[in-house]
Amino acid sequence: MEMSGIGLLSGTRNILARDLTLAGRRITDVLTTLFFFVIVVSLFPLGVGPEMNTLRMIAPGILWVAALLATMLSLGRLFTADYIDGTLEQMLLSPQPLSLIVLGKVAAHWLVTGAPLVLMSPLLGLQFGLGGAALGVLMLTLLIGTPVLSLVGAMGAALTLGLRGGGALISLLVLPLYIPVLIFGAGAVEAVASGLEAGAHLSLLGALLVLALCFGPWVTAAALRISLE
Amino acid sequence: MLRGNALVAVRGDRRLFAGLDFALDAGELLYVNGPNGSGKTTLLRMLCGLVAPAEGAILWNGEDIRSVGDAYRAEMVYFGHLAGVKDELSGVENLRVNCRLAGQDPSDEELTRALGTLGLRGLETLPAKVLSQGQRRRVSLSRLLLSRAHLWILDEPYTALDRSAVELLQGLIRDHLARGGLAVLTTHQQVEIDAGITKELRLGS
Repeated sequence: MEMSGIGLLSGTRNILARDLTLAGRRITDVLTTLFFFVIVVSLFPLGVGPEMNTLRMIAPGILWVAALLATMLSLGRLFTADYIDGTLEQMLLSPQPLSLIVLGKVAAHWLVTGAPLVLMSPLLGLQFGLGGAALGVLMLTLLIGTPVLSLVGAMGAALTLGLRGGGALISLLVLPLYIPVLIFGAGAVEAVASGLEAGAHLSLLGALLVLALCFGPWVTAAALRISLE
Repeated sequence: MLRGNALVAVRGDRRLFAGLDFALDAGELLYVNGPNGSGKTTLLRMLCGLVAPAEGAILWNGEDIRSVGDAYRAEMVYFGHLAGVKDELSGVENLRVNCRLAGQDPSDEELTRALGTLGLRGLETLPAKVLSQGQRRRVSLSRLLLSRAHLWILDEPYTALDRSAVELLQGLIRDHLARGGLAVLTTHQQVEIDAGITKELRLGS
């Protein structure tokens, strides 16, 4: 069949390329999430005061919570536009596996919201007086953790699609699922900041990513089929 | 090729239709009509596999479409109320994404030609947000031109189209039927398709 000629991941690539083009033309959406992250994180040194030891202690938690909230903020947009203009219907009717199309959407979501957070985090960590090693681990944990946030968030976004008040509902659904990522992500940075090894935390974070990659797109695809029925 | 056996549609706690049977073979058009709310769109969404029938089954070449899955979707194209056109993308980009979703990869030349046929010559590279409602529908319709699907499912395809576009679309459906394709159509407009065999299915009577 001609399908195999284009390859199995063509559905993923097609949607990934499209969503990146769209993000490039709606750059304000991308910047909103990033600025939200920057502002929320920057509020804490202002509120807590310039006591360096306190700041250093709360830094991993704050950066991670801000990353969760920034990701949450962007989840509403993940499927809504495609749902409203009918593209989502066409995705469901595509002969390509829906889970691979979803994977393309989630990958684009991460590149547009997660990756900028990762790149911005060391700069924000400096405000809290984090040292070089801790900054490195902070970036690493966000690099492993933010894709999990996108993958898990996509499930919530798919389940609440088309519901009134979906924005509040999605937080209730998704935030509890973010707890393990928060614990291991912030934990790894704290461990390194206090001179311990972060290997165990990072391994668990990696395991979460593998798990989310295997099941996330598949669950999201099933949720989308239910939401559109 | 396409069969509906004792289909029942339920929306909320209301029965839209029950015991609906039909059969459609190569070169045939199924014209579904009925008043608003009689379940035309629900039936068409069922035929796509978007909605599961409450009872009964839809068979494609003798097999239930819900078990055939991707292979059935490769044979079918659905054109519904929503155009599936992105504001920020140009006509060519929109068409390319839609074709790739359907598992095809047409060249830029084919895309431009398809859009030209639908009267969008010179507008192919403009973002869809500057196009009118009818022009956006034309962008969406252009994928029918490139589609190799056997079954066309068209839900109110004439909405927002001007007279020339309606004639163009009727021509496309006529050619499709003449090639041995199948089509399912709903519309409130008077439509004469003088090719193949037209079967009528009346809902809500």
